[in-house]
Amino acid sequence: MKIKVFRSQTNTHQEYTIPGGETTLLKALMHIKATQDATLTFSAGCRASVCGTCAVRVNGKEQLSCSHKVKDGDTVEPLQYHPVLRDLKVDKQPAQKTLLTAAAWLHSFTQAAQNHADEKRSERQTDCILCDSCYSACPVFAVNPEFIGPFALTRAYRYSVDKRETNVKEIIDAVQHNGVWDCTLCGECTAACPKGIDPKMDIIMLRSASVQQGYADPSFITQSFGAPDFGGGFGFNPNTGF
Amino acid sequence: MIDILIIGSGGAGLAAALAAKTAGAGVAVAGKAYPTNSQTSMAQGGMNAALGNTGEDHIALHIADTIKSAHGICNEHMVRKMCSDAPKAIAWLEELGVPFSRLDTQSQGIKTIAQRQMGGASAKRACYAQDYTGLKILHTLYDACLKEGINFLNEYFLLNLITEDGTVKGATFLDIRNGEVVQIDAKSVVIATGGFGTLYHGYTTNAYGSTGDGIAAALRAGGAVSDMEFVQFHPTALKHSAILISEAARGEGGYLLNSAQERFVDELKPRDVVARAIFAELERGQGVFLDVRHLGREKLMELLPQEVELCRLHEHVDPLTQLIPIKPVAHYTMGGIDVDDALEVNGIKGCFAAGECSNAKIHGANRLGGNSLLEIIAFGRFAGENAVKHALFARATPADDTQIQKDKAHIAHILMQAHTVNFYDAREKLGKLFYDKVGIVRENTKLHEALDEVSMMQAELPKMGLKDKAKEHNQNLVEFLEFSNTLLLAPAVISAAIARNESRGAHFKRGFEFGDDEKFKKHIVLQWKNEEHA
Repeated sequence: MKIKVFRSQTNTHQEYTIPGGETTLLKALMHIKATQDATLTFSAGCRASVCGTCAVRVNGKEQLSCSHKVKDGDTVEPLQYHPVLRDLKVDKQPAQKTLLTAAAWLHSFTQAAQNHADEKRSERQTDCILCDSCYSACPVFAVNPEFIGPFALTRAYRYSVDKRETNVKEIIDAVQHNGVWDCTLCGECTAACPKGIDPKMDIIMLRSASVQQGYADPSFITQSFGAPDFGGGFGFNPNTGF
Repeated sequence: MIDILIIGSGGAGLAAALAAKTAGAGVAVAGKAYPTNSQTSMAQGGMNAALGNTGEDHIALHIADTIKSAHGICNEHMVRKMCSDAPKAIAWLEELGVPFSRLDTQSQGIKTIAQRQMGGASAKRACYAQDYTGLKILHTLYDACLKEGINFLNEYFLLNLITEDGTVKGATFLDIRNGEVVQIDAKSVVIATGGFGTLYHGYTTNAYGSTGDGIAAALRAGGAVSDMEFVQFHPTALKHSAILISEAARGEGGYLLNSAQERFVDELKPRDVVARAIFAELERGQGVFLDVRHLGREKLMELLPQEVELCRLHEHVDPLTQLIPIKPVAHYTMGGIDVDDALEVNGIKGCFAAGECSNAKIHGANRLGGNSLLEIIAFGRFAGENAVKHALFARATPADDTQIQKDKAHIAHILMQAHTVNFYDAREKLGKLFYDKVGIVRENTKLHEALDEVSMMQAELPKMGLKDKAKEHNQNLVEFLEFSNTLLLAPAVISAAIARNESRGAHFKRGFEFGDDEKFKKHIVLQWKNEEHA
């Protein structure tokens, strides 16, 4: 099998031949590094889709290297909207700063009665492994690099629906500017997530919560009255339990 | 000079950082990757605490189970401390916002947390979050660290601890991004760098990064290590990929079957017993399978969603309808940096160790499932607090540049070394060697062979030059340093295994199938004789 891998030094794709048979991309990259080209640089960790280290793009789609099964002719590239440090290795620090901007943590704890249904309210959201796939898939970053982005918004949402949180307003306040209203609801993040998380739906839910806190969609303020844009993205999410 | 330098950004490191910060200290956390990349994310099954939310349980029972599983060589004081701190540790995580699985009760707070059965436990004691317990604890800790403004130094690879007169003064790191060697001066240091499971490369559930970097650095700096021969083999890893299937699968009622579809062991015995029983089946040519089909779709998708997905992806079996082929592989290293009751490293003042890298002597010869997440939280915090106490009275004069100059020269030298032997081949070879000869069932002849082969490999290290000479982002260099660390620890594991002429917990030796309390109810502690190796 032949695969093409992006090389940052030459800014070209380099072709490698790997043995046939079923293999994960991570195994293939390890094989190349160990036997053919020790300079090929990529990040890896757990091999089991849970450490979030090894996301790349294969044929233009975000994939975890450790779970993608290689096909002949695959083209492997680093994540988008992240500074490429070397080959497939990117700088995740700027993207992770969005967690600070979104203030995505428990602000003010109170002891709460929680049950199984409460667990379900954020079960899927808390499966996030911070692999940055959604960030790479989000087209908003092409026009607004300051956008908080999907994973940080999903995380903000997760805390906002936690019964232990008494200061939901502080979370909602933090995601107004470059936040929930900047999303185009295209759903690319949802399609890209290897853990089946639906950031688009979380963002829609955060918008509702924002309205409840007195915020309005800033685009309505400047828009002329025509057909209001509801985002075209209402869907049913069994995790959110409404 | 900072107050507390924490090395390692997994669960233990983050818990230590939060505790130290709360105590008012200045903290920096240096890790070789990003915080959420760590091994902690892979812990699936749960975290033990005798809350008694699902049936009766008592701290005394948790203590008794832990001591029993340790097979006589734990520090009972430390076990008592950890087990009695467990409900407090859970309450602390509850306050940070960990999304535990919940019961339908009329209760409040931690009384609502669901608990499951794990092997060797006399009650349903493991608090969990589906089968993503470690992941969800780790990420919540990270969120809390961001909230507290903890300073992270990502992609800092630990080279050496800096010591003066037996007291720690900081550490040196390779900044992986720019290739520079840097020195960080600190009043206290907490090592939280994880275990060394990748010594069994290819035969371990562990992430690539579990290479014992902190343990190797402690040895080089004059610290002691102990119980290195006790390596836990997890009974149920996927046969072809060695990917972990949680003990929760058996805790929830899964069976182990051989090729004749017969059960052959009580699945809820401690891991050492179950792993040996599986090994015996494999040795007589049987295949071994995990069977969870009878649990039903609803329960599997509810309680073990990650396992179902991993089986489908990596083993091409659907656990809902098919048997899962498994084998036991290296999973956890009970031994590590020898610490005292305050978690201070034996041999290095002001340096503390917590989590899998440390040997706080709570797991003894065999760790119980659910006790490692407990250890990283309870003792991670304890290490952080004690590091602050030490920092209060530590001298604030930074170390000179002796160590950093040595390390700069060392890195430069590695990049100059001739490449005649490929260390990636050696890494494969070492993993197989350990699985075959320092594995589940040991024999002195094979252990001696392993020691000889390791010595030869060490002699070849200078020939294992790197093909990648780049200064920045040199992952080839990082992996070589990691391999060097595991290779440094290899003889410690083997010689301790040779010395222990008995069987106890995870250490089982042919010809010495029984425990010998008179000679061996003790810890084997190893320390380097001089500092010339650094």
